Amino acid sequence: MDVRLSPEQQALRDALSHAVDRLGPNTVADLDDAIRRSRLEAALSEAGWRELRSAGADATSPLASGVEVAIVAEELGRGLADAPFLGPTLAAELRRLAAAAPAEGPETVAFAPDLSGPARAVGGVVPAAVAVDAAGAHGALALVPGADGDLVAELAPGRAESHLDLTRPTSVTDPGLAPVPLAAPSVAVGEDAMARWTALGLALTCADLVGVMRGAIGLGCEYVSARRQYDAPVGSFQAVQHLLADAQVAMEGSRSVALHAAWAVDALGAPEALAAGALAKAYCARAARDVCEAVIQVHGGIGNTWDCLAHVYLRRALLSTDLFGGVGPNLGRVLEHQGIGAN
Amino acid sequence: MDFADSPAEREFRLRLRDWLEDHNPGLPASSTDDDYWTGMAQWHRDLYDAGFFAMSWPTAIGGHGLESVYEAVADQELAAAGAPPRPSLGYLVWGILEHGNDDIKARLLPGIVNGRDRWCQGFSEPDAGSDLASLRTRATSDGNDYVITGHKVWTSYSDEAAWCLVLARTDNEAPKHKGISAFALAMDQPGVQRRPLRMINGTTKEFGEVVFDRVRVPAANMIGAPGDGWSLAMTVVSHEREPGELGYVARYGKLVTELVARVRKEPGGRFGPEQVRELAWAVVETEMLRLHVCRRLSDRLDGISHGPGGSVDKLLMTATEQTVGHAALSIGGTGLGGGDDTWLKAYLYSRAQSVMGGTSQIQRNLVARRILGLPVA
Repeated sequence: MDVRLSPEQQALRDALSHAVDRLGPNTVADLDDAIRRSRLEAALSEAGWRELRSAGADATSPLASGVEVAIVAEELGRGLADAPFLGPTLAAELRRLAAAAPAEGPETVAFAPDLSGPARAVGGVVPAAVAVDAAGAHGALALVPGADGDLVAELAPGRAESHLDLTRPTSVTDPGLAPVPLAAPSVAVGEDAMARWTALGLALTCADLVGVMRGAIGLGCEYVSARRQYDAPVGSFQAVQHLLADAQVAMEGSRSVALHAAWAVDALGAPEALAAGALAKAYCARAARDVCEAVIQVHGGIGNTWDCLAHVYLRRALLSTDLFGGVGPNLGRVLEHQGIGAN
Repeated sequence: MDFADSPAEREFRLRLRDWLEDHNPGLPASSTDDDYWTGMAQWHRDLYDAGFFAMSWPTAIGGHGLESVYEAVADQELAAAGAPPRPSLGYLVWGILEHGNDDIKARLLPGIVNGRDRWCQGFSEPDAGSDLASLRTRATSDGNDYVITGHKVWTSYSDEAAWCLVLARTDNEAPKHKGISAFALAMDQPGVQRRPLRMINGTTKEFGEVVFDRVRVPAANMIGAPGDGWSLAMTVVSHEREPGELGYVARYGKLVTELVARVRKEPGGRFGPEQVRELAWAVVETEMLRLHVCRRLSDRLDGISHGPGGSVDKLLMTATEQTVGHAALSIGGTGLGGGDDTWLKAYLYSRAQSVMGGTSQIQRNLVARRILGLPVA
């Protein structure tokens, strides 16, 4: 057992950290800076970070493990990176599991309207779906149930909007679209493979939440160190310090479970990987909401204004929480893995 | 980055698993009755003699000199077997290893490690709790001895201990953190009065207070130099806050496994959704702590530190113990109406976790100042 990041993994983290510090938004106004955003987009593309789950030289295993993609996701979350990553990574994983050729253009995944899992066709059509990371996507992958498992198929993603997460627009697909199955020789994705795909989704959303918590805590600490009341920085008062200390503790606990979930994606059997992801997600989702709310609170009135980044972290956390289910559904998975069914 | 065992770790895991099949003494997972501490003393010696204790401590003091991650492997197997946790002594061992001279280490540590000498820790006093540095127990030099007079409290296992690690003031003129020295004091001598305290769950063998009335300690039993007591105390308490040092992952794992089994046996109806949800959180927190300990013990491969990270660990451990405590109360019940009250006692015991080893409020102060770098008032 050695759960330290390897030197290569540390180098990956440092490269990401450098890119988001340089090109990510530092203010709410920066979110509207199209030039900055396109430079961030280009940096992610050029580095190939979105293709880490594509099939490697053996045409079967991914280029990188769940740990590497989680490292990328965490740093992007920390820096509120407004460029697609989660959607394209999960789409690449679906294509790999279906033994399909890589996508020709930017691609993402369509989810059921409650975001708890992938969109599935009923009677050949998808009733309604939400494509995540929809900005710039040419297609969104959905599932068509078949005799041997789920067939992977493509939908038109629809127009991207940002009403929840200001850094990762989603879109609502047109109702009743018939998804087009990926070209041969793609194969059906079985139950185990889908469980592993869900495990990857849980691990990635956990990593994003850990990053969001780190970024939000940094923002909060900076503010309370500068803001003065009663002739002292408000961050010198225990009542304020303890909110942020609890946030830090919640983040560290989250980091431990998220790291394990990321490792489990490729290292454990599918049911165990799914259980590890679910347990991590229940913990991280509860923690992330608490942490973001605490960071809004320590900002006082400012924290309730649109121009403070605190709500941008919270909004990003809310989207990552809903994807693959938040606290409730994942506690249910934890219990099921313990042999305790719906009670 | 790998949570899996190395071949050598795997071999150790299987050997321990095999041994536990025949040697689990079947004690409760925490201090719920007065037999517990007597049983734990025997468990310490059995575990040590079989080669399954002190895995990561130096061979010179009776340890196995392995990486700290072996402790995480041991905790997992103890929990899975429903065996008692390993004895929680690491804080004493690291404190003495870090600050004692060669003579002290050779004389005192082997007996602590092999379980033949039982120790207690004389730090807190009635007027020096969170503000430990204001302690008033005095040690006065007299020939080759020091003479110690004072009153210690919250002294766990003081009833059974042969030795006490005592903090006492040797210099009244120095600033309060600088005038404190540490001593190894033999408990079985005139002038040592032990008074057990009854905890809220009824046990009397864990908690105690000790009064020292002109007790003599050889100067050679001072640990570290005169005035170094505070830095020894900080080494001790930083490890006392680490679940990886205390082995508590096994304690919580055992409790949660038993609670899960109770619910599994009664499908449908008897336990409501709120009770089951409390159990789910206990499962989640316990697994979080296990994984957090894997991470923290892996970090020790870069070298052992006595830093503020222990405060984060302590707060995570406290959340785990108290969440498990709530599940114990909810699923296990209070024992009214003829059932057993072990779960009630486990719950009541869990309330001490946010106080012992430094209150949660003190830990938050430390996280805020020493990790987050927030300003001091």
